[in-house]
Amino acid sequence: MGNEMIDVPLAGTAIANQEVFAETLQSLAALDKQVVVVTSDSRGSGKLVPFGKKYPAQIVEVGIAEQNLVGMAAGLASTGKKVFAVSPACFLTARALEQIKNDVAYSNNPVKLVGISAGVSYGALGSTHHSLHDFAVLRAIHNITIIAPADGFETAQAVKQVAALSQPFYLRFGKKPMPLLDIEDTIPFEIGKGRVVREGDDIALIATGETVYPALQAAHKLASEYNVEATVISMHTIKPLDEELLAQVAQKCKAILTVEEHSVYGGLGEACAAWLLKNRYHKAFDLMGIPDEYTVTGSQTEIFNHYGISEEGIAHRALALLRV
Amino acid sequence: MNLELKSREYRRKILKYILKAKAGHTGGSLSCIDILNVLYNEVLNVNPANADAFDRDRYIQSKGHCVEALYVVLADKGFFPESDLETLCQYQSHYIGHPTRKIKGVEQNTGALGHGLPISAGVALAAKMDSLSYRVFTLLGDGELPEGSNWEAALSAAHYKLDNLCAIVDLNGLQITAPTTEVCNTEPLDKKFESFGWAVRHVDGHDIEALRAAFGALPFEKEKPSVIIAHTVKGKGVSFMENELKWHHGVPTEAQYKLAMAELESPLAPEGGI
Ligand SMILES: [Mg+2]
Repeated sequence: MGNEMIDVPLAGTAIANQEVFAETLQSLAALDKQVVVVTSDSRGSGKLVPFGKKYPAQIVEVGIAEQNLVGMAAGLASTGKKVFAVSPACFLTARALEQIKNDVAYSNNPVKLVGISAGVSYGALGSTHHSLHDFAVLRAIHNITIIAPADGFETAQAVKQVAALSQPFYLRFGKKPMPLLDIEDTIPFEIGKGRVVREGDDIALIATGETVYPALQAAHKLASEYNVEATVISMHTIKPLDEELLAQVAQKCKAILTVEEHSVYGGLGEACAAWLLKNRYHKAFDLMGIPDEYTVTGSQTEIFNHYGISEEGIAHRALALLRV
Repeated sequence: MNLELKSREYRRKILKYILKAKAGHTGGSLSCIDILNVLYNEVLNVNPANADAFDRDRYIQSKGHCVEALYVVLADKGFFPESDLETLCQYQSHYIGHPTRKIKGVEQNTGALGHGLPISAGVALAAKMDSLSYRVFTLLGDGELPEGSNWEAALSAAHYKLDNLCAIVDLNGLQITAPTTEVCNTEPLDKKFESFGWAVRHVDGHDIEALRAAFGALPFEKEKPSVIIAHTVKGKGVSFMENELKWHHGVPTEAQYKLAMAELESPLAPEGGI
């Protein structure tokens, strides 16, 4: 990828990742009767109402019962079905955590767990509906790959690729319409490989999910207003971490800043920090996310802005880090 | 060998390997062994030569801690050499204190309670979706019934009319702390399951003929999941272990083991009871 990418304006039609997920799943279901969706009264928020109408034999509704959602999904998957268990990330990864740990990961039943309206997507509905713990708890569980796509392209690719793989996954989607990061469609998506959506030698902004877009906006601001060139990475796969890419940017950039819609504890930032230290990359480093406090109330955007997960806020932290 | 004799042999082996490992869930393994005996020897369509057959029956042991009963039966059926059990609970052995799929013949990793029924409902639903005729059996302990996930799955199993699903409750009346009725009363259990849309039968869980008849009558009602409430005795077959709380995971001394073996090797009563 050349430097000409740097000034490509951010554009493209913005679509919510979970809408792309639902559409992609329909196209998979049309081709493969073994594709099954399991929902816990969550088909509306999961944008799966059309799926249910079109493929009624391929949707299983368990009602509001997340433990049973995951347990039954594990049983279905054990027979060879390609099972997507869809529920708000907050409930899926907390209430059904033991089923994820034992019935999916430990028993190696290849369920694709889909956490919808993740992070603080539900905004003003409050902390009961936020999932700021899911990366942390799932990272500590063996045998589950964690993916948080940033845009529609990554989402569609992730859904198609995981459907073809017989192993446990956790996919995390938000409901905010996301513009495409790479409108020229030149950067491939590969599970476990971060996508470099912008290159620069001063600082690496390593973000995931819906925070990649503001990180990219911040990179443009840094370039145009401060003459600071940032590499921006969509680290869609949280685990396993793309260590090779991490090594590359650690060698190239003066500083590293991570950004995520997750607690600052246990997520992408700490994963990167641990790897960098362990491998003797003693870089200027900072991590952005939701701090360990009673989360401020407001919409997702307001919460993001409050904690600096914005064009302005990320650029500000990047500058502070570079001046260390 | 008739199944009454087989049950005694299984009981002896359960105690043998628990003694060797110096660990195990003695009381519960002895209470559920007759159920496993009838299941594996007369009911389940499973074959170690084709253990992954897509249309095999599935047995998922929700009360995973009574794994010694399952190991002994799987070894007897030829899923693995019985000598493997010499390594029970030893360093780097896959024969640990709860079932895992590392062991041939084990369908699911269990051990945390309240997990067997939801998984089993999923497997049974898959059979219905694919119009396959295999059946799914899951063994629940009475102590694990307060886990809410059981009742979530009970709702879905009835909702999806899973008459290819059979749950067996090993109702031995005891759990680690005290009698189940004192810890958290789940009675009347039959009425609970009935009200959840299940077809229910009570059976003496140590009466081979009664178990045979119950399994032979499945499904008890078309379009309903079946539950067999098996009335059992914790520690069954060894007089000083029966109904004694401490044998939940009590390990016999050498002397106790010899006493138990003497009881389990004595001639069967004419009617075949122990
Ligand atoms: Mg009990």
